[in-house]
Amino acid sequence: MPIKINGSFVDAPSDPRVSLLDLLREHLQLSGTKKGCNQGACGACTVLVDGDRILSCLALAVQFEGRSITTIEGLAPSGALHPLQQAFIEHDGFQCGYCTPGQICSAVGMLEEASRGVPSHVTGDLSVDDITLTHDELRERMSGNLCRCGAYNGIVDAITTFHAEAAQ
Amino acid sequence: MNLFTYARANDITDAVRLGSVDGARYLGGGTNLVDLMRETIERPNALVDVTGLSSAIDEREDGSLLIGAAARNTAVAEHRSVKARYPMLARAIVAGASAQIRNMATVGGNLLQRTRCAYFYDEDGSRCNKREPGQGCDAIEGFNRIHAILGASPSCVATHPSDMCVALAALDAVVHLDGSRGKRTMPLTDLHRLPGDHPETDTVLERGELITAVELPSLPLARRSTYRKVRDRASYAFALISVAAALELDGGAVKDVRLAMGGVAHKPWRALKLEAFLRGAPANSESFRRGAAEELADARPLQHNAFKVELAQRTIVAVLTQLAGDTL
Repeated sequence: MPIKINGSFVDAPSDPRVSLLDLLREHLQLSGTKKGCNQGACGACTVLVDGDRILSCLALAVQFEGRSITTIEGLAPSGALHPLQQAFIEHDGFQCGYCTPGQICSAVGMLEEASRGVPSHVTGDLSVDDITLTHDELRERMSGNLCRCGAYNGIVDAITTFHAEAAQ
Repeated sequence: MNLFTYARANDITDAVRLGSVDGARYLGGGTNLVDLMRETIERPNALVDVTGLSSAIDEREDGSLLIGAAARNTAVAEHRSVKARYPMLARAIVAGASAQIRNMATVGGNLLQRTRCAYFYDEDGSRCNKREPGQGCDAIEGFNRIHAILGASPSCVATHPSDMCVALAALDAVVHLDGSRGKRTMPLTDLHRLPGDHPETDTVLERGELITAVELPSLPLARRSTYRKVRDRASYAFALISVAAALELDGGAVKDVRLAMGGVAHKPWRALKLEAFLRGAPANSESFRRGAAEELADARPLQHNAFKVELAQRTIVAVLTQLAGDTL
């Protein structure tokens, strides 16, 4: 069974050692997804699997047969920007840009988690289904994505703005 | 990474048959195993993918909750019954790792995480009895700030890294197993070993034995429960000390209590001495402090982690005081 990546079907690699990250970058030339630490500590390799954000560096590609992967290249139609990408530009959500694809894919997954009531470490009342994305909630939920440039304030502003506009 | 074969198990029988072969390992989300394989600390020759086995979370007639071992950590933390009936479990899970890792990691895999001791990971530069039996331990005389204060041995002072398991230990969780010799169940607190002379063996699982589910017994007092984790940064770090606790009061006294600690030992540490001390005692900070001291009387800190003894006591008192809160 093939793997669906940004709408196209791809065969799983014959070598089971190939990570999902290396499949994307080295086999398919989808270099938007970044290799930061390659050990699950930085979040630069974050992609969406059936809508859930995961770390592609810790994922063996063979495990994803029959699943649908979305990378930064697949968030918007070719040549267009996803509104969250636009918000990152407008709010200075990056300097060097290396963590940005992971930040953006992570934020898309994060907003979906919050909308269905997944709690976080800073959630006070666990019975609340509709999580209010306060500053603390947003930062905690994005804590798996590091930015060595320290563009966090811009990242938070970009996600907050996109979230508010999407809600309207 | 060494070469290995990959197979997807269709059912438990299939998994156990494939997983009982010498050198085979079960693969869940891969968040720990793939990393260790890349470091060549783990070198399985066959991976058996068990993520297609049961991930269902079922409420049963006796009030228990049965969680399939392939359930993702996020699925457990967001489950309505877990949030309402076992809040300490939801809170423990979201205190661990990052959201991306919790979306990948399975319940079974979480139980079988290996230690995050830096000497265990440092294959080229350090001795480690857990990685290479008989080699010696460089942590005991090394930088051992994060290491164990309870139940350690002259062979190993590593800690178990899981947050989820600390809550499961406090909740009297039962682990369901299946293997070539049949099914069995055991309390979660019996699954992990203390290091003794064989720190290379983390659990009592037999070769090829598979965790199929984790059962949470109906435990009404767990509705008043929580998890507190103390770590070096506010998020995405392993515990220095963590406490999972549930408290039931009868007037001003402790009627019943469950408490377990993380970051202190080679396994999630169920505080049975504290629990025995507190049952029937006044529910006040003096009792909580004495109960904590009772539990930690056996603590044997190393050169750099003596702070953990006091930190554990204070965290216990803080958590129990919080749980007693409304009625004190």
